[in-house]
Amino acid sequence: MSDMYPKPKLVPVPSTNIIPERDVGKRPILECRHLGIDFGGLTAVDDFNMAIGRTEIAGLIGPNGAGKTTVFNLLTKVYQPTRGTVMVDGRDTAGKSTIQVSHMGVARTFQNIRLFNSLTVEENVKIGLHNQIRYSALTGVLRLPAFWREERKAHQRALELLSIFDMQDMAGYQAGSLPYGAQRRLEIVRALATNPSLLLLDEPAAGMNPSETAELMTNIRKIRDTFQIAIMLIEHDMNLVMGVCEGICVLNFGRIIAKGTPDDIQANPAVIEAYLGKRKEG
Amino acid sequence: MNKLHLSKASRVNFATYAMVIAAYAVLQFMGGAGILSATMRGQLVPICAYVAMALSLNLTVGVLGELSLGHAGFMSVGAFAGAVAAAALPIPSAPLRLAAAMAAGALFAALAGALVGVPVLRLNGDYLAIVTLAFGQIIKSIVENLYIGMDSRGLHTSFLENRLTLREGGLMILNGPMGINGINKISTFTAGFLLVMLILVVIFHLVGSRTGRAIMALRDNRIAAESVGIPVTKYKLMAFVIAAAMAGAAGTLFALGQNTITASKFDFNTSILILVFVVLGGQGRMWGSIIAAALLTILPEALREFADYRMLVYAVVLILVMLATNNPTLQGFFTSLFRKNKRKEAAGK
Repeated sequence: MSDMYPKPKLVPVPSTNIIPERDVGKRPILECRHLGIDFGGLTAVDDFNMAIGRTEIAGLIGPNGAGKTTVFNLLTKVYQPTRGTVMVDGRDTAGKSTIQVSHMGVARTFQNIRLFNSLTVEENVKIGLHNQIRYSALTGVLRLPAFWREERKAHQRALELLSIFDMQDMAGYQAGSLPYGAQRRLEIVRALATNPSLLLLDEPAAGMNPSETAELMTNIRKIRDTFQIAIMLIEHDMNLVMGVCEGICVLNFGRIIAKGTPDDIQANPAVIEAYLGKRKEG
Repeated sequence: MNKLHLSKASRVNFATYAMVIAAYAVLQFMGGAGILSATMRGQLVPICAYVAMALSLNLTVGVLGELSLGHAGFMSVGAFAGAVAAAALPIPSAPLRLAAAMAAGALFAALAGALVGVPVLRLNGDYLAIVTLAFGQIIKSIVENLYIGMDSRGLHTSFLENRLTLREGGLMILNGPMGINGINKISTFTAGFLLVMLILVVIFHLVGSRTGRAIMALRDNRIAAESVGIPVTKYKLMAFVIAAAMAGAAGTLFALGQNTITASKFDFNTSILILVFVVLGGQGRMWGSIIAAALLTILPEALREFADYRMLVYAVVLILVMLATNNPTLQGFFTSLFRKNKRKEAAGK
């Protein structure tokens, strides 16, 4: 499958960072400089440098406990970094909250699915659309014309977004009652509804069967091509990572041990050692 | 293109409206025909007030998902603000005066809600519950030490001790721990019914709008709500203040249906009683709150024949009902019974 989509050549920007060649002329959507966080005496992430191009599909991989989800939590300000900076679209996120970072165009999904379980699929997407629906609480209670107009627009937009994953028929179902794979897809749709320029996917293929994973791979590309956004994903399924990611960053014990194209990473001895351990000498 | 079809939620909403209207019509008819006993007639306004209280607390507990143990505090603020307003406002028409008093009660309760909400809504769960509990006690202490009188120069207030020297013809309205006496009872069953309907409309419309979705998103998953950019504190405060305002209006309705009100009427026990209505009726289920509040308000009256054992029987009934409604085996039994009936019906056809 990866042959159908030729991988672009990667060039260094500005120093150790790499982004796809087509994005070089534009400001990177995300740039981390010397990002780090300590929990008490434990350094969870340290000296994390990374740039993501505006339309790049980037991968963040590493063994369990390497700090991948911590990086996502730093990017979305669930944790405030101890050191370093995160720039979203050239703007520093220092002192910003999760909510403000969301308004800056960063959307995410969660490793352990976090849907609004008691609400319907459509309502989940509409909550993602919240900041694009324009009417006041009073207008909503009084059911003024603006309410009906905006709700109709939101309804249509929600169905459009759900149709990416062919889920428009499930709009009325309760989100918590969906099968696992559909819940993961709904989380992606909800994140997309916020109109992000960077989409962070935390193990999107976890719990999916091979055919669902293959479909997800196509859909990740489709999302990038349709919305022209950058996607960064954490994933353990190497077929997915190697098939869909353009630039890959490997994390081990909170530090980056390798960066490059899927081919670079697969051939990198440090990565092989991190995953499989070192062959005993002699 | 998009055919407007009723979702499950709107069907439930319409059924709830219909239930309240039907109950009003039946009770109104029974009252007119003289079937209703005098005690029952006297209970109609309190029932409406408690139904309104249960609905408003269900907004906090069921829709926002935060436990509040001081809801009677807002009722108290509404009751005293409303009663003072009703006594002080020179509006000759009783219904209009009642409406104005309720508006005053709602406004003051909303202010109290904002005052408590701003500092404490950053807390979650148990911590918030304990702070609201303390708030209820504070309100009680404040009202017990508050003296309000009126004379030709207007309203006068005094705190801790009665230092008011009113002009001739002046009137003490609120007399500290003695509360308010000789209230002109202007609350009517119709006013109570209208208040309940208004609260229902506001809650249902709120829940069905962008605002309500944001509030329910906080309840279901705060972290996810933040991740899609929902301003948590704003919506929490909004739900809390709206619930407080509703409780305030309910408090006014209640107060203006009594001869005398004192601060001790709206204590911790009342807060818990209202919470019982909400839990029993089901969190987020408005029709459940209405039924639970109405039945549990009538129950102590209906149990008069047990005399001294009245509250004991009340407690036992409460435990049994709780067990019954939360027992999966029993629920399964009722569902299967229902299904069998349906199947029989289908077979009969």
